[in-house]
Amino acid sequence: MKPQNETTIILQSRSCNESYARAAAAAFFAQLDPTVEELCDIRTAVSEAVTNAIVHGYQEGLGPVRITARIYEGRRIAITVKDQGCGIPDIQKAMEPLFTTSPDGERSGLGFSVMQSFMDSVKVRSAPGKGTTVRMERQLQGKEFHE
Amino acid sequence: MSVKTDYRDDTLTAWLQGDIDHYSAAAMREAIDKAAEGCLPKKLILDFSGVSFMDSSGVGLVMGRYRLISSMGGALTVTGASPRIRAMMKMAGLDLLGAV
Repeated sequence: MKPQNETTIILQSRSCNESYARAAAAAFFAQLDPTVEELCDIRTAVSEAVTNAIVHGYQEGLGPVRITARIYEGRRIAITVKDQGCGIPDIQKAMEPLFTTSPDGERSGLGFSVMQSFMDSVKVRSAPGKGTTVRMERQLQGKEFHE
Repeated sequence: MSVKTDYRDDTLTAWLQGDIDHYSAAAMREAIDKAAEGCLPKKLILDFSGVSFMDSSGVGLVMGRYRLISSMGGALTVTGASPRIRAMMKMAGLDLLGAV
């Protein structure tokens, strides 16, 4: 399906860019006049995906994080977060709640669980050494529901 | 993003403000740990009433402080969290630990 509108931003995998990434996604989808709750869900999901790319994909090293936001007919949206980092050897394991490879014990292991909670679908494509692509989709409410 | 701390009556209270993500959580963690290690409180209160946004990094922040205060023989309580933030903490089982 061809999107009605889309935008792409490419960020360096610096942690300080997380807030810009979620703000940029929220600003793009604001044209659909989503509810505050929907915007908060989008910001949170984007923040999780971008943080995963920075912390796990590049393991605090530097590389590009490409974020593409798309709007489809019927208020359906999609966000793709792609890195060229180390990749995930076992996607199913990585998506288990509370699973983390973080050595400092300060990561909750809830990144994918939060994405799944706040978006309708989360698909992950990854292979060791070939980076990771996370695609998240969400059906926004019709305008009549929040006017 | 900022953290203000106050220690009195064996209780260390940390007021968290602004967005909590992977980037900001690191500075918050450092500030809280420094204060806790300086006073060895019996109780640590994390006040989330000033938090405008939080992703799962905030859950990691709470889990890490729970481990720290437990190692000191103290207890942790979270106050002022919005329903959304509380829901994320419950996903990690923090309610079962009595923290939320």
